Amino acid sequence: MKQYETIIGLEVHVELATKTKIFCGCSTEFGGAPNTHTCPVCTGMPGSLPVLNKKVVEFAIAAGLAANCKIHQFCRFDRKNYFYPDNPQNYQISQLYLPICYDGWLEIETSAGKKKIRIHEMHMEEDAGKLIHDEWEDCSLVDYNRSGVPLIEIVSEPDMRSAEEVIAYLEKLRLMMQYLGVSDCKLQEGSMRADVNLSVREMGTEKLGTRTEMKNLNSFKAIARAIEGERERQIELLEEGRTVDQETRRWDDNKEYSYAMRSKEDAKDYRYFPDPDLLPVHISDAWMEEIKSRQPELRDEKKARYMAEYGLSEYDAHVLTESRALAELYERTALLCGNPKKAANWFMGEVLRLMKEHGMDAEQVSFEPKYLADLMKAQEKGEVSPQNAKKVFERVFLDNTEPLSYLEEHGMKIVEDTKLLEDTVSRILEANPGPLSELRGGKDKVLGFFVGMVMKEMRGKANPAAVRACIQKLVNQK
Amino acid sequence: MGKIDDATIENVSILAKLFLTEEEKEKAREEMQKMLDYVETLMELDTDGVNPETHIFGSENVFREDEVTNTDQREAMLSNAPKQKEGQYQVPKTIG
Repeated sequence: MKQYETIIGLEVHVELATKTKIFCGCSTEFGGAPNTHTCPVCTGMPGSLPVLNKKVVEFAIAAGLAANCKIHQFCRFDRKNYFYPDNPQNYQISQLYLPICYDGWLEIETSAGKKKIRIHEMHMEEDAGKLIHDEWEDCSLVDYNRSGVPLIEIVSEPDMRSAEEVIAYLEKLRLMMQYLGVSDCKLQEGSMRADVNLSVREMGTEKLGTRTEMKNLNSFKAIARAIEGERERQIELLEEGRTVDQETRRWDDNKEYSYAMRSKEDAKDYRYFPDPDLLPVHISDAWMEEIKSRQPELRDEKKARYMAEYGLSEYDAHVLTESRALAELYERTALLCGNPKKAANWFMGEVLRLMKEHGMDAEQVSFEPKYLADLMKAQEKGEVSPQNAKKVFERVFLDNTEPLSYLEEHGMKIVEDTKLLEDTVSRILEANPGPLSELRGGKDKVLGFFVGMVMKEMRGKANPAAVRACIQKLVNQK
Repeated sequence: MGKIDDATIENVSILAKLFLTEEEKEKAREEMQKMLDYVETLMELDTDGVNPETHIFGSENVFREDEVTNTDQREAMLSNAPKQKEGQYQVPKTIG
């Protein structure tokens, strides 16, 4: 069989984290009762007039700058005409002629190394409503709460060659948007959606093959499977001497097969034209500079800083910056406790373990960084044993419990009672004559056994170093 | 500009979701041809060095702040719909 190369370009829709829709003052809040967030503008009533949400423009510029794009400082909106019940105006307000951002790139990293993926453009547009099928009456029901929610569509060049590259690119985009605060980019909730344009060509040839567009991909796993499935389907057609049709296909993740939805319309079929209801947008240099000056530290910069400034390993820095929320929590803890490396150990160990155990996203973690820092300091001072510190942290993590008073109240604070310690050690040494003689014979391993026994007896309220010293002292005396 | 032929009328009526009779098609063809001819006349103007104009007002940057100003007006909105069910617009079965 011939060798084939897969050529992939992506169209990614990202729902912006604004409070209101792009052209009206309706809420964008997720999960409202059907049609409770609608008005004459977002349901396309005749005579209603759209007015652009300034935040949408600022978010789009921020995203464009972060993705190394040029900005069309004079841009405007166009109407894309099509008839479908999810679109009450019979046109979607989008940008065709002058998209706000263009000619950018993002660098991805895969097992094969680093690679630049070029971005053709990013444009602003409005989302459509939601259609559900009503089995009882064999009709469809429409909810326009999503209609008019602001989106930016990010169109890449066909620069990706494998599912691995596609997922690395999507991860890169997701983290970029999240760090910018422009979108939460949740594939499952539909705030990030990817359409995959895929074609295959024989290795070594130049000409691009006919591409198909796949929709309905709502997880990274589904995207990877859809790419494999579609690649195989196209190769099979070509091997049989048939041709690939340019069409839109819908991926069915349960059946692991894509189905033709409709033959792809040409741009001319959408009869785009400038929207006369919306005035042009002029982005002054000063406005651009202002947005630039507000850009937060992005993932790659943060990761590099954690390594250089905090001395973290690349792995730790990578994991801690995989979510902006987690990185922020870590950073605040690191600053408060004054020991970034120790703080990293707590996060890489306990925080991640508890998140996994309770099935939580970083966004759901809400403990007070000061509490963890206090706990770390108490441990440093020998006021709490490592085991008890972990136990208390679980309370901090889950209920935001103030750790120092918790230690007091639950008698977990190490007591510096030499008499009590010596009595306990003495008792335990006497109760275990076998190990005691081994210890005297120079078997150091047995020391650990005794430390454990004493700590258990004192319910963790002793300082392990003090216990060790006390055992050694008493053994030599006896 | 060229001529409006039957295939063009066919394509345009599919895009506009219109089902035309033969007489209507012929009428539409004639009217569209007139429009194209008019554009042809306009094309005679020399527009080199003239920027495309999309708005005549000369103003720009009309924005809203990102603040919720609308409250729930579902009942009023739905009262415009020919058919509704459970707070939603009821439309003929559409698969997509």
